[in-house]
Amino acid sequence: MMLDLFDFYDKMERNNILLSFKGDITSELLTSILQIMESKMDNMQEEPKTKRKVYNVLVECLQNLYHHMDDAAADTGEKHRSAIFMIGKIDNKYNVITGNYILNENVSGLKSRLDEVNALTKEELKDYYKQVLNNGEMSLKGGGGLGMIDIARKTGEKLGYNFMAIDEKLSFFSLNIKISQQ
Amino acid sequence: MEKFSIEGTPKTPTINFDMASGFLEIKGRSIPENSIEFYKPLVDSLEKYATSPKTATNVNIQLEYFNTSSSKCILDVFKKLEAIHKGGSAVTINWHYEEDDEDMLEAGEDYQAIINVPFKMVQVEE
Repeated sequence: MMLDLFDFYDKMERNNILLSFKGDITSELLTSILQIMESKMDNMQEEPKTKRKVYNVLVECLQNLYHHMDDAAADTGEKHRSAIFMIGKIDNKYNVITGNYILNENVSGLKSRLDEVNALTKEELKDYYKQVLNNGEMSLKGGGGLGMIDIARKTGEKLGYNFMAIDEKLSFFSLNIKISQQ
Repeated sequence: MEKFSIEGTPKTPTINFDMASGFLEIKGRSIPENSIEFYKPLVDSLEKYATSPKTATNVNIQLEYFNTSSSKCILDVFKKLEAIHKGGSAVTINWHYEEDDEDMLEAGEDYQAIINVPFKMVQVEE
């Protein structure tokens, strides 16, 4: 294990990872991550516009993890109540990367939602956002399906994603969001 | 008539609702994990206010950030205001945004397109 540590460090260094976390995502953790990233961006003297976009994406990505942590764990055990989060900055772009377990039965639904969002233009995203905002539906957790649309709209970038099959019940879902420096 | 106030936190906004003067303000950050729970008391007070509103109702929204979970709740608040407007109180929603925050301006315009209440877009300096 110790032998791997430098390799681990080196990869993070080369990807210019500013902050990373693996484990259970709690409300307190979200508050801390947001505070740390805000002060890091202040120290880096980032433009207010960039800070706002990164902050907004972080909130949506982390709250997605927070709200969906239980889904896989409820069926397959506490070990899967865990997620990974990283934020890095390469070539004037921030990269927000998240990974979490997802039940195989939910993969195709999520994939088609992501593809749907990725296929839309800026104007179409605006209309779609308003339509979903006003459809009266609200998930118990309050998300209501707006998160991904909002991220795509604010970043102007396609949502990068991958599903990796783990076993007959679970897959690992990773999401990669890019935010250009404004 | 009474006042309804909530002190702001790093994740939730300050809310002041003075029913006697018909003034409501929401300012700060609105990024709670459970926004339905947070906004319910305000929605309830608006329902109470709707039974005998003032002739004019002024609403100031000055949010620095809000998450998508709050956006549906804010729409619910605006729908209550729309009903109050229909009921005869002249409602105005003053939507504040920082001068270079196009996303916040656009968010205000989204609500303006959905809600049948006069909106004023108010630019504030950083």
